[in-house]
Amino acid sequence: MDRRLFLAGTAAIVILPLAPAAATPDAMAEAIRKVIGTATPTEGRVKLDVPPLVENGSTVPLTVSVESPMTEADHVKAIHVFNEKNPQPNVFSARLGPRNGRAVIGTRIKLGDSQRIIAIAETSDGKFWSAGADVIVTLAACLEEAT
Amino acid sequence: MSNILVNAPKTARRGDVIEIKALILHPMETGFRPGPNGRILPRNIIERFTATWNGTEIFAMDMSPAIAANPFVSFFARANDSGTVVLRWTGDEGFAAEHRVDIAVE
Repeated sequence: MDRRLFLAGTAAIVILPLAPAAATPDAMAEAIRKVIGTATPTEGRVKLDVPPLVENGSTVPLTVSVESPMTEADHVKAIHVFNEKNPQPNVFSARLGPRNGRAVIGTRIKLGDSQRIIAIAETSDGKFWSAGADVIVTLAACLEEAT
Repeated sequence: MSNILVNAPKTARRGDVIEIKALILHPMETGFRPGPNGRILPRNIIERFTATWNGTEIFAMDMSPAIAANPFVSFFARANDSGTVVLRWTGDEGFAAEHRVDIAVE
């Protein structure tokens, strides 16, 4: 084997696994852009509680909590949750306001594969905050046949 | 309706932040899954869940097929005055359901 080619090959092997780690699949990135426009969400203030390992993807408990006083002047306007690898990138979009007192939403979701979930909160000052979590699914939703 | 389960306090002190939990029986068929005959089952999901307190909307959620079957939602509300909380679910195939909870605020 050509020595130069071999060296180039090993370099590619070393570099490749690093690149996709930061990339989010395009569909999710586009769904996020549709909701928040050109704004860039800041990591923080949002807590995304989802089990790191689930046996059954058909029902996965998920809680999003956002640090906010929830007053007229400073509150969370919306919470959006997205996924990477389900057939559709959206999970839910919720509207809330000062009447909620606490910016916490709990629900149960379906996951078709092991993937990253992202929650984005919009505060009343027009800023976006985000949090992400990786979930490993051993039995995916959607695969079992309906009876 | 017996296919809805709601958990909310009957009484609250003024200004308290209370939790409301709601569960409804619904298949949330994604529209991506084959049925027993191999054909894709048509999508049938709840698209929207809303809550009003004495007529004012306090919470709204747009759902996607990624919400699990028998959707469960929990959220919080500040108890400002006694009244009725109306929870409403609407979705595909003309689905509409409603549940009322009376909360007394002292």
